[in-house]
Amino acid sequence: MHELYDEKLDGPLRELEVKTDLVDAKTPESVILADVERCGFSEDAVFGIKLALEEAMTNAVRHGNRYDVHKKIKVRYAVTPKRVVIMIADEGPGFLPEHVPDCTQPEFLERPNGRGLMLIRAYMTHVSYNDAGNEVRMMKENDNLPT
Amino acid sequence: MSQTASRLKLTRSDGVCQVEFADRKILDELCIAELQDELVRLVDGEAGVRLLLNFSNVDHLSSAALGMLLTINRRVQSGQGKLKLSDIKPQILEVFKITRLNKILDIHPDAATARATF
Repeated sequence: MHELYDEKLDGPLRELEVKTDLVDAKTPESVILADVERCGFSEDAVFGIKLALEEAMTNAVRHGNRYDVHKKIKVRYAVTPKRVVIMIADEGPGFLPEHVPDCTQPEFLERPNGRGLMLIRAYMTHVSYNDAGNEVRMMKENDNLPT
Repeated sequence: MSQTASRLKLTRSDGVCQVEFADRKILDELCIAELQDELVRLVDGEAGVRLLLNFSNVDHLSSAALGMLLTINRRVQSGQGKLKLSDIKPQILEVFKITRLNKILDIHPDAATARATF
């Protein structure tokens, strides 16, 4: 399907459809994080996945679907003890991630927004986008696996 | 003296206004706009405010909250006041470090240390 998802490794994808509003956008969080915690991810990993998920959902509502209640957000995910894969697709026109300024650069440091993508990349093991730029694919490996 | 606003708990002592957040997950997208409005009213009503934001009750923080803090910081400074943050949990502090906002915002390990620097 795409480079971050492997059905043999990750198992079947579960799917949620979410309305374009910030309240409904929190729905996937409780479902996915419950599975993540059951699979023994560390507290730090859970924190990071929660943050990345919230940022990605907010981006889908605000920037992707632009608060258009007629548009939906599709969330697909798979959680195993080895890793979690989350794909979030909006119905917007997409964007080019490389066009988002680096908010750690001095000229952008005090901007009031624009840090969501950076935080997603900081906390997830891998992040990529579909060609259209309206689906983000995130994967976090479990660094808490017993040796 | 203390008073409770809808999302903030304010206490004043020794000329410092300390704000604590009433809800552990208050710093998510849904609450940020309301929080910002409350804090702006507080800051605008007091020139030269010495404002301490105590994060001891905060478990979660979104990027929108970071933007809100920057806005409040600028507002405080334009009123010749000072803003300090304290009691930020390690996971949350990491967010400030990743975004390098620890270089702009005045962060202290605890409220007592922050107060001593006003």
